[in-house]
Amino acid sequence: MRNLSVARAVAWRTLHNVFTNPGLVIPQLAFPLFFFTAFAGGLSRIHDVRGFSYPQGYTAFQFVFVLLQSAAFGGVFTGFGIARDFETGFARRLLLAAPHRTGIVFGYAAAALCRWLVTAAFLTTVAFAVGMRVGGSGVDLPALYLLAALLNSAAVLWACGVAMRLRSMQAGPIMQMPVFLVLFFAPVYVPLGLLKGWIHAVAVVNPLTRVLEAGRSFVAGSPTQVAAAYGAAAGLALLFSLWAVRGLRKAEAAG
Amino acid sequence: MTTTADQIILLARRSVLRTWRNPAATIFPLIFPMLLLAVNSGGLRAETHLPGFPTKSFVAFALAVPFIQGALFATMNAGTDLARDIESGFMSRLSLTPLRGAALLAGQLGGVVALGVVQACFYIAVGLVVGVRPAAGVGGVVLLLVFAAFIALAFGSLGATVAVRTGSTETVQSLFPVFFVFLFISSMNIPRNLISATWFRDAATVNPVSYLLECVRSLIITGWNGEALGLGFGIVAVIAIVGLTLASRSLPKRLAR
Repeated sequence: MRNLSVARAVAWRTLHNVFTNPGLVIPQLAFPLFFFTAFAGGLSRIHDVRGFSYPQGYTAFQFVFVLLQSAAFGGVFTGFGIARDFETGFARRLLLAAPHRTGIVFGYAAAALCRWLVTAAFLTTVAFAVGMRVGGSGVDLPALYLLAALLNSAAVLWACGVAMRLRSMQAGPIMQMPVFLVLFFAPVYVPLGLLKGWIHAVAVVNPLTRVLEAGRSFVAGSPTQVAAAYGAAAGLALLFSLWAVRGLRKAEAAG
Repeated sequence: MTTTADQIILLARRSVLRTWRNPAATIFPLIFPMLLLAVNSGGLRAETHLPGFPTKSFVAFALAVPFIQGALFATMNAGTDLARDIESGFMSRLSLTPLRGAALLAGQLGGVVALGVVQACFYIAVGLVVGVRPAAGVGGVVLLLVFAAFIALAFGSLGATVAVRTGSTETVQSLFPVFFVFLFISSMNIPRNLISATWFRDAATVNPVSYLLECVRSLIITGWNGEALGLGFGIVAVIAIVGLTLASRSLPKRLAR
């Protein structure tokens, strides 16, 4: 219960800070929309490349990537807030005040999830407004959101671990760059089968590829690689929860 | 400091050194565009199979993008450094010296241009290593470096304008997403004639960044193309004139004794 009350307080404060600051809310909504526009609009001709087969069209194909990207970056952006809390000294006061400190990590993770749900709702509305077609049933689309939520948790826990170890806003690129690379080394623009050379080899071993391909299969209404995708996303979330808790212990030790 | 030229050289040297001493400001503009080039050229290689695509090598097509990204970083560097000088009071101390406003601007932008050329050399070297052979030959490479210098000057002057007007590093940093939007809503990833979404093609056509990209691309892919070069150099000249005029008009207020 104590963990829960700490988590609730941290989450509420984080959400309050985000949603009362236009400088944080607007980029969170604008960036995914902008990537969606640039990829789905600008590159729609890729649908005509021989071997490209996605019945729901290129808009739906890119929607899945942008949704997953927004989930991952929603987590990273929350990590920036954690680093800022350390830099301003607020996090140290929080560590002193919290009876159960693990709740702090849960609180940040819950806030990241709530932040992303707003972005996801906005992005989905825009995607349907511009005519995105979905082949999945009532179960498939929620399955995609659940997968993205797991990715959001993995990303915030990764960023939280970094922020708690470095306790400075200068940790931003360290939080962001690996997430960016993992996302873009997946089959972003074309299906895995159309990638050639080194990028194909990297994409095959990239766990995000399973998540992305399963996400696209949900929207297409013919789910594939579901177990592998959920396994990869949940595995990353579990791994980074250990990373975040160890980071918390290091922050405690640093005083 | 005796002559204006001395003042410019000293300030340009300071601008280069302070950037050089900050690894984030030097490594990031070199590495990040190359990472994006690697990712995009791997992921979008299939695009070269589209009828009408101008080359068989997507790396050659995409190599133009780092030049513009480098310019965005130039904007950030020029603006952030100048805004930091204002925030820290360095500019106020400078205003007590016989320094000319024009020398301050030229020195700051001279440093940015020097770094822009270094970045461009790095991008060209990477391109050559991965097998890109500029169609315009050695003369084309020289012109590419000149163009990179002009782009750095033009975009750097915009960053300097915002810095001088607002005196805030945060405001300068907030420009980055705006420029990024211009980059993405352009012919960055696909030639304009192959964009099938009409609204996107129209947006890319009115976006000046498309013509900067196409100028660089022409030297790499097609050779000497007068129209592309004329548009590219013309647009970059207009941006530079506007940026420099606005910055030099705002500067006297900052240097008021």
